[in-house]
Amino acid sequence: MTRMTGAQALIKALEMEKVDTIFGLPGGCILPAYDPLLESSIRHVLVRHEQGAGHMAEGYAHVTGRPGVAMVTSGPAATNLVTPLMDAYMDSIPMVGITGQVGTNAIGTDAFQECDTVGITRSCTKHNELVMSAEDVPMAVRQAFHIATTGRPGPTLIDLPKDVLQNEMTWYWPSDDEVIASLPGYRPNTKGHPRMIKEAAKLIMQAERPLLYVGGGMLKARAAEVLRELVELTGIHVVTTLMARGVFPDSHPLNLGMPGMHGNAYTTTAMQQSDLLIALGARFDDRITGRVDSFAPDAKIIHVDIDPAEQGKVRKPDVPIVGDCRLVTEEIVKAIRHLRDGGAVQPELGPWKSRISGWREQFPTTYEQSEPGKALKPQYCLEQLRDAAPEGTILTSGVGQHQMWSSLHWQFEEPYTWVNSGGLGTMGFSIPAAIGAKMGRPDRTVWAVDGDGCFQMTAQELVTATVERIPIKVALLNNSYLGMVRQWQEMFYDERYSEVYLSTDCPDYVKWAESMGCVGIRVESPEEVGPAIEKANSINDRTVVVEFRTDSDEKVFPMVPAGMSNDDLLVHPSQCAIRDRLA
Amino acid sequence: MTAINPSGSSLNHHILSVLVQNRPGVLARVASLFARRGYNIFSLAVAPAEDEGMSRITVVVDVDSAPLEQIVKQLFKLIDVVKISELDPRRSVERELLLATVRARAEQRSQIVELATIFEAKILAVGVDALTISLEGHPDKLDDFEELLDDCGIVELQRTGRVALPKLDRGAHLRAANTPNSPRGDKKGKVG
Repeated sequence: MTRMTGAQALIKALEMEKVDTIFGLPGGCILPAYDPLLESSIRHVLVRHEQGAGHMAEGYAHVTGRPGVAMVTSGPAATNLVTPLMDAYMDSIPMVGITGQVGTNAIGTDAFQECDTVGITRSCTKHNELVMSAEDVPMAVRQAFHIATTGRPGPTLIDLPKDVLQNEMTWYWPSDDEVIASLPGYRPNTKGHPRMIKEAAKLIMQAERPLLYVGGGMLKARAAEVLRELVELTGIHVVTTLMARGVFPDSHPLNLGMPGMHGNAYTTTAMQQSDLLIALGARFDDRITGRVDSFAPDAKIIHVDIDPAEQGKVRKPDVPIVGDCRLVTEEIVKAIRHLRDGGAVQPELGPWKSRISGWREQFPTTYEQSEPGKALKPQYCLEQLRDAAPEGTILTSGVGQHQMWSSLHWQFEEPYTWVNSGGLGTMGFSIPAAIGAKMGRPDRTVWAVDGDGCFQMTAQELVTATVERIPIKVALLNNSYLGMVRQWQEMFYDERYSEVYLSTDCPDYVKWAESMGCVGIRVESPEEVGPAIEKANSINDRTVVVEFRTDSDEKVFPMVPAGMSNDDLLVHPSQCAIRDRLA
Repeated sequence: MTAINPSGSSLNHHILSVLVQNRPGVLARVASLFARRGYNIFSLAVAPAEDEGMSRITVVVDVDSAPLEQIVKQLFKLIDVVKISELDPRRSVERELLLATVRARAEQRSQIVELATIFEAKILAVGVDALTISLEGHPDKLDDFEELLDDCGIVELQRTGRVALPKLDRGAHLRAANTPNSPRGDKKGKVG
């Protein structure tokens, strides 16, 4: 019988869950938990703002597949964690938040730094729990990790009152069976329905214009390998959503990349014209579908998702399959093989494929190079960065134009090399996510692409990167504006620019970077781009910030204006003359 | 609530019987899910169920606000929700309790007492110019009673919201919520 405090039990439980890194910041109520941390094998990364801790945990989870852990105190620290929790919930990132809470006898009295953390985080976690006794700590930790990592992954939160951390308990470690028995309402269904799988295989074998519409769920399910098998077996083109970039190599001729609001024109059009969408771990997000009632009107839908609530939420599937994307895709591959062995043949996909390649040749995602003496094109900077990036580089991104350009112009060859905030669209995600990713994969180069708006939201975490010796590289595309907002105001509000201009040189990003212990480089002309990137890539013991001064007029194309049909997508101005060929 | 829709409740409303783990905050979880997803609750009743540690929530939902299937699936994602059954009104027994204080001056009193007798309601308290009445029964019966009482002048009214269980005859048929994966529509475990 080992007696210990709730705090010691917490740290021990985290060790038992094989946690190697915690991102956090201590404060009053969580103080007891920080004491046993001194003796623990767990590395703690001290952040400068609790939001940073949450995004770091997300970045870590993105690249490792293991749950990221963020530990902060009560009240304002807990509320600062809300954004990352919601971000992780939207993008199905396994993450465990640990918050301090005022003592159990002070709960409800408006005590100092008290807030209703479980109440506030109820709708942005998969599950949360206020632990009321030290004895309950190990079970609460086990449940939190179990729920965060199984079924549709997501964030969980444990709220720990100070006295629960201080009180003594007798250590025990619940078995898997005990954990499952304690959660009678939680039985994720991983195996797809055999009849539905057969039905899916049959539809795939009949379709003349099929497309694989692959979402982030395939990455969560570690299903890249079986996806490749399915593609090679059937010869069907793959569409990889913003959350799925990297699940299938961009160099593969059958990969059409990103569809949707800012997707490639040929990709979005292929979806519109398809007669069968095989949706694997994708959720028919409004950024993909455009106006729902005109989305892929002729397509039958096979929808594979582990979350039953995604089935029919937006578009009614013809074949709904609830299950783990990897297991179900494996079964679909088997079922197709079985049909083939029985003599079934797919229709000739040649005509469909040549339509796709026609669109692809005529409507490549493109931009115009800057004229001599004019501001840099952000796409050019990203392409240079891409071509010089060491193999296996992980790219993180904030939210806005730079995010879309990253997804469109980068070449992703490997799963888990792209980390971004898709569903919630959290500005400032990039830098902390990059730090978390670097902690998860210290062997990799991590480039954080950021905009000037995003950078100013979370740049202070570069101090964390320096002090904690977690060297990342930041490509700051500074166009002096909230670029995506500016694009909308230009296009849809008659160029009436309202509150979108930031500043070109305030702050001085190079000095700011240097003040945070980073190497700062400013790039203003195309000739400087290559050497600056080369220099950044050669520095591996410090964080480097490269500020690219880019053209504020540059817009993201293609674009489907909000609320419009994907059929009405706007191509790059240089392709307008031949727009009608996109059908 | 019945004032909004006194007669048509059985058309637009569906009864969900939700078995939940009886833990702190479970009702808040259910309620905030409805609020967050924009679903309307018509009535709600909660109390401990037959198994220790479990509670049953009988919730009548306004199906105009969202497809029932989506409501059920989202509800099922709550970790504390163990089982959801949709109760078909034709195959379930429903009960509700109504308490009402009505104006009853001496000359009105006999009329109200007569009404109460017809409905088999109970007079719980008698004041100088008011009566407090209770009626237990099918919610439709309560609707009728309430409408008639309204003519006398209701001072205060409280209804419990309906509770329901499947009927025992014809094999206690429980139509559980549909899942796409189980064509027969029965659901044993919890998915999510």
